[in-house]
Amino acid sequence: MENPLLAFTDKGIYCEQAGVYLDPWKPVDKAIISHGHADHSRWGHGRYITHERNVPIIEHRLGNIHSTGVSWGESFTVNGVRFSLHPAGHIPGSSQIRVEYKGEVWVFSGDYKTGDDGLSTPYEPVRCHAFITECTFGLPAFKWRPQEEVFRDINEWWAENRSEGKTSILFGYSLGKAQRLLKHLDTSIGKVYTHAAIENMNEVIRTFLPLPETSRITKETQRDELRGHLVLAPPSAHGSPWLRKMVPYETATASGWMAFRGARRRRAVDRGFVLSDHCDWAGLLESIEATGATRVICTHGYSDIFSRFLREKGLDARTEETQYEGELAEMNSTEGAEIT
Amino acid sequence: MKDFAQLIRKLDSTNKTSVKVKALASYFNLASDRDKVWTIAILSHRRPSRPVNTTLLRQWASEVAGVPHWLFEESYHIVGDLAETIALVVSGKKEIDKPLAQVLDELIPLKKRSEEEKKNYVVEHWLGFSFYERFVFTKLITGGFRIGISQKLMTRSLSLATGIDEDILAYKLMGDWDPNTISFQELVLEKNKTDLLSKPYPFYLAYALEDEPENLGDPSEWLAEHKWDGIRSQVIFRNDEVFVWSRGEELVTDKYPEFSLLLEHIPNGTVIDGEILPYPKNSIGTFNDLQKRIGRKTVSKALLKKIPVILMAYDLLEWEGVDLREQPFEERRKKLEVLAEPLVPDSSIPLYLSGTMGFEHWSDFAAERDRAREKKSEGLMLKRKDSPYRVGRKKGDWWKWKVDPLTIDAVLTYAMRGHGRRSNLFTDYTFGLWNTTEDGERELVTFAKAYSGLTDAEFRKVDAWIKKNTLERFGPVRSVTPYHVFEIAFEGLAPSGRHKSGVATRFPRILRWRTDKSIEEANTLDDLKKLIP
Ligand SMILES: [Zn+2]
Ligand SMILES: [Zn+2]
Repeated sequence: MENPLLAFTDKGIYCEQAGVYLDPWKPVDKAIISHGHADHSRWGHGRYITHERNVPIIEHRLGNIHSTGVSWGESFTVNGVRFSLHPAGHIPGSSQIRVEYKGEVWVFSGDYKTGDDGLSTPYEPVRCHAFITECTFGLPAFKWRPQEEVFRDINEWWAENRSEGKTSILFGYSLGKAQRLLKHLDTSIGKVYTHAAIENMNEVIRTFLPLPETSRITKETQRDELRGHLVLAPPSAHGSPWLRKMVPYETATASGWMAFRGARRRRAVDRGFVLSDHCDWAGLLESIEATGATRVICTHGYSDIFSRFLREKGLDARTEETQYEGELAEMNSTEGAEIT
Repeated sequence: MKDFAQLIRKLDSTNKTSVKVKALASYFNLASDRDKVWTIAILSHRRPSRPVNTTLLRQWASEVAGVPHWLFEESYHIVGDLAETIALVVSGKKEIDKPLAQVLDELIPLKKRSEEEKKNYVVEHWLGFSFYERFVFTKLITGGFRIGISQKLMTRSLSLATGIDEDILAYKLMGDWDPNTISFQELVLEKNKTDLLSKPYPFYLAYALEDEPENLGDPSEWLAEHKWDGIRSQVIFRNDEVFVWSRGEELVTDKYPEFSLLLEHIPNGTVIDGEILPYPKNSIGTFNDLQKRIGRKTVSKALLKKIPVILMAYDLLEWEGVDLREQPFEERRKKLEVLAEPLVPDSSIPLYLSGTMGFEHWSDFAAERDRAREKKSEGLMLKRKDSPYRVGRKKGDWWKWKVDPLTIDAVLTYAMRGHGRRSNLFTDYTFGLWNTTEDGERELVTFAKAYSGLTDAEFRKVDAWIKKNTLERFGPVRSVTPYHVFEIAFEGLAPSGRHKSGVATRFPRILRWRTDKSIEEANTLDDLKKLIP
């Protein structure tokens, strides 16, 4: 095929026929945005087209931008190319982007996960000829347990800390992970306090989704009132003086990387809970099969390994370098990737 | 097995020493005696010899998990630990419930079984265990439990559970005992042990001095000696036998037959603390030389001749059958000197005395430390004259004061993915130095690998650069455009025939990223060779 419908350029994934970029990493005129994480929705584009739930999120992050919201399955056409957004199940408002031209269908997954997290609109496979997939956790070593089990562990951890008179500090990315945690915390154990970065995002999400009650930590918050309760904080707060007020406390991180014993130790948190907003190995394989795609392009994550495996299974698979950072950005978000 | 796996999970899921000790103590309170003995054995690295080799384990794991072998290997490379990779990749159900001791009773004779029997046993247990049980089970086969539980923490927990003094326990648990035959009663509880014959004392270890030595107070209260770069050991003379123990609590008598010569000169009831050093051509060799001896179980005559070893004596822990550890260091030294001085001049006796030095000013200590490389030591040990010989790593009386590392500016040439959290990042680097070939061409020759020393932010920057500047890929390794210069630090270096550069470096690590330097300004191989002492 001489001119692929979607091409990888130095600015991002480009549909030349429509003059539109998908999740570009450099400023462009017209961008379709899969979701609100910083590596997928960057600053400086002329127009942002995204799911209606993602509009308040990126406006909160990027300020005054020219944005248009569309609903699931609603299609719009640009120079003969038909675009539509479909739930990706990654975080609230996260979409896969379907692109169709003269009967040829491509889907860009953005970030996605297959399980229902009880918060985001669950992932739906979309039939296509070519599928651009993330593979952040594209290794057979990644196998997620059902989230009920993980939340049972998290709530047990909280209850145990409470019984010892300690504050529980749970680190999770401000957008998506924090709200997913919040939704499943057992508030019969205690109150949930939030770091300002998370509470600001909660306020945005609450405009379209109900979330349990939280209390924002401010300068006035007293150490004694926190004791035994749970504090949701962004990973960038780890090791910062902000934590001093919480002593005595126990820390934990919720991330897919916590599957590796070494990751938790290097992260220097007391507990690691394996909880990811990306697909595990089986999730990736099932979704690819469900799309029916014969051509697969693997982006961020273990893309070389994953695409080799797909090729051995008989698919036309290859790797493209992008500037998406996957959950690594969530782990190391002290460097500006964090939403504040 | 469930309880033991649960214990390992708990130890694994905290960084807090107090929580670890509590978990271990409550395990010791509840476990059966046989499980306790095995737990002590495993946590002090006394595992049974490997019943199945790892090549087979890898093969079976990829088969059971239904993934191609290369994919299993890639996963192993990224996870970084074989037992953990197997536990992650294979899925199992909780069906098998048997005590730790029973699993070991079954694993030990497995060594002699046929490959098929081995496979059936191992696979059945992989599939019948939960994640942590599978991890622990595989670790029992492969060995190497590294879960942040030192001998010291284990002893403290056991002391908490039994009420027996920590130092006494440390002494009881040392040496050569077999978890297969010894009972918990004999190992831990019994008061009068008869077979203490070969037992070493727990080693006293020093922390690194981080402050200025001036903060140690009056220099006249201190002695310095060189810190030799060999194997810290205790040599024990009891009952007309010699026993050599390494710091890792391994009985290594057979590896160093030289020391049996000392039996003629040193009486029973003597324990010397010292450093085993290579001594080729009648002078101290490099650690590289010693490595040739460390690897061998039995030593050939030729090797004995080529690289003989000596004991550089530091301290006397037992004399005439009496434990001297509570006496002041100065007193112990005097006795050691009386013992050693007549023997040292005879070059056929492999015993030397590490000299102690006292100085009036701290600046004199510093000047002596600056001579360390020339003397082939790693720096100085500072010991308080009145210090007892303590148990384990303790602050205050003894300090190691190493020389500053050697450094050189080198060019990044290859990169490999890191492990664990860093597995998405290229953080394992290979560095080259300039060399001029016979045709007058300048080329970069690999001289060291390093994977530590940069901040996470720097690693991410280098990683992003590597991904954009890859020349070639060789499996997990990428060659990159020579562009970045890093200052590499290392503890020492020695000529080596095995390295293309002709030089082996010890403990190389990245000191800093020299963004101010171009690759032309990096050092040459000749610069490096000039640093060889
Ligand atoms: Zn994302
Ligand atoms: Zn992403």
